[in-house]
Amino acid sequence: MRKTQTLCGGKFSVEMEVAGRGEPLLFLHGFSGLMAENPFLDELGRDFQVFAPHLPGFGDSTGAELIDDVIDAALFYHELMDELKIPSANIVAHSMGAMLAAELATLDVHRARKLVLAAPMGLWLDEHPIPDLFATQFFELPALLFHDPKSPMAQAMTSSSTLPSLLGAMSANIENTKRYGMSSKFLYPLPYRGLRKRAYRIQAPTLVLMGESDRLVPRAYGKAFTSIIANAKEEVVAKSGHMLMYEQQADFCKAVTKFLKA
Amino acid sequence: MRFHWFAEVTYPHLPRDFRERFNAGWVTPPFSLAEPLKVGETYKMFIRLMQLADKVGFDGVLVNEHHQTPGAMTPSPNLLAASLASSTNDAAITIVGNSLALYNPPTRVAEEYAYLDCLSGGRLVAGFVLGSPMDSIFAYGVSPIEVRERFEEARALIHRAWTEPEPFAFNGKYHQLRYVNLWPRPVQKNVPIWVPGGGGSVETWDMVIKHDYCYGHLSFQGLYSSKPMVDTFWEYVDKHNGNMNPHRMAFTQIVCVANTDAEAEKQYYEAVRYFHRNASHFGPQFSNPPGYTTPRSMKFMGEYAKAAQTKLTPEDRIRAGKGEMSFWEYDEKGYIIAGTPKRVRQRLRELITQLRIGQLIPTPHMGDLAEEVAAENTRLFGYEVAPYLRDLWADQPDHWTPEVSQARIAANAPRPTAERSETIAIEERPAAK
Repeated sequence: MRKTQTLCGGKFSVEMEVAGRGEPLLFLHGFSGLMAENPFLDELGRDFQVFAPHLPGFGDSTGAELIDDVIDAALFYHELMDELKIPSANIVAHSMGAMLAAELATLDVHRARKLVLAAPMGLWLDEHPIPDLFATQFFELPALLFHDPKSPMAQAMTSSSTLPSLLGAMSANIENTKRYGMSSKFLYPLPYRGLRKRAYRIQAPTLVLMGESDRLVPRAYGKAFTSIIANAKEEVVAKSGHMLMYEQQADFCKAVTKFLKA
Repeated sequence: MRFHWFAEVTYPHLPRDFRERFNAGWVTPPFSLAEPLKVGETYKMFIRLMQLADKVGFDGVLVNEHHQTPGAMTPSPNLLAASLASSTNDAAITIVGNSLALYNPPTRVAEEYAYLDCLSGGRLVAGFVLGSPMDSIFAYGVSPIEVRERFEEARALIHRAWTEPEPFAFNGKYHQLRYVNLWPRPVQKNVPIWVPGGGGSVETWDMVIKHDYCYGHLSFQGLYSSKPMVDTFWEYVDKHNGNMNPHRMAFTQIVCVANTDAEAEKQYYEAVRYFHRNASHFGPQFSNPPGYTTPRSMKFMGEYAKAAQTKLTPEDRIRAGKGEMSFWEYDEKGYIIAGTPKRVRQRLRELITQLRIGQLIPTPHMGDLAEEVAAENTRLFGYEVAPYLRDLWADQPDHWTPEVSQARIAANAPRPTAERSETIAIEERPAAK
């Protein structure tokens, strides 16, 4: 179900997918945003009341110009949670969303009841560089993001619908431009904004969930995250790349639900 | 009508399969392909060529900024400009220009431009450049959506730094300074400012109209490819009550002048191919990252892509880039203007009048062209071409080149002679000064 929440007297207008019933679960999407269909949210909705906001810059949410850095983003999510009357919730976050989730959990230890960081961005290892999304062309995305790049899902999710571009080369459609523009605030030139020195503040029990064949965020980042968060453990989803909740929906939901309900 | 000598400072010894071996000639090609001493020799050649340009009546000698590419080895244009400022007399030192977002703090641009204006006796043209994605985003790590904001903050700071009499504090989003108090400051009371574009950002058009800067369509693609965009620019300027003086418009054009058309092909063809194969091999992954062009500009410009393809198709562009066109195809499609002085005069007159260009940037060197050919090209242009085009826009004042240079070149530049013939022997050419 689609819902809109305004914040700060209309400075932000937040489009959200809302599903299910139960304890609150906040889902933070990554640089690719939410898809047109997100069946994993409904599956999680069997056990939780799921809120999946579109970060400003994504979907129809507004106020992107007010969010310049991870601090602004963390405070935005705090404000949203207060407005939704879920000041503390299970937080499940993917990719770039995991960077923002970790930050909002460091700035206010009470926000995350439990934390799931799926294929998380937010750290940088020189020995395991994360590929540059901003220099990645559309036809390269399936191999970067999926265990099985040739699957119909992978092909469908990474097809570019393009408007004619004067430069004629890889210029994406306008939605894509807005998403990448917003993401660049957190990910470019390197997807690291200082989390390493702040993560000691995270107290919530944390599950770091890695895709077995993630070619965007290498497996080594699993241990990189668990080693800086006090109460954290790592699990691996088999036959999955970066887009775990789409490529291996059942295994993803099972791992998340089991962890949150334990 | 003004003529500014320019060429990309290209490394001339790249392997023949450079384009095939490396998926981008910008940002990531390995420096191991080059020898630093040969790079130095290349720099010295360009200094000599531009000193010559100054002697044969060019209105300006133009330098630009690019990073991490053998196609243009001038990451600091002010350094090349300094060599020219101290060793030329008449020509403007046309710097197009410092990429404002890449200088920290931006007052460094203000300081270095002031130094160059002082050293040259008031001959500076100050370019304010947004920067290609290869330079600003990928080489220097600036976020795609920050480039324009950083540029604007720097632009405002530079103007204040040049003009405010007392030290002032600056509390910007990207820079904070407590005492801005420039030494030195420019000679010129109003330093002419140029802002290059041609990549399709409407925001740049708004800026140049608002501040009456000279705009540059700098694409090396020639008349036919550029006409839809340039026409649209002039319509936009007119619609927004901007300055319609042609001297507020700059345009680059590779020129290949020779005594006969056949000689032109013989002397220039390989260098033209080298230029296209190696200097324009941007790499599709680096040339237009998402977030660089705003949605507003994407919508505005989307329509003109089709118009630009009427004479220059995508297939043309691919063949040109690979060096697969014949010499006269490159000429027919507008990439180069080649041939005898008479032919070049005609073609340039057409280009200049059709696009309303007051600041032409002839490019008499390209790729791996030998120095002596480039030098002869420069002389032929200075004596046989430029003097015959100076009637264009002569009734309109030029606020975008330094007055000192205008006066000296009016006094010293070669003049047309009474009779023109197809070829002129060297001893018959009028002396410059």
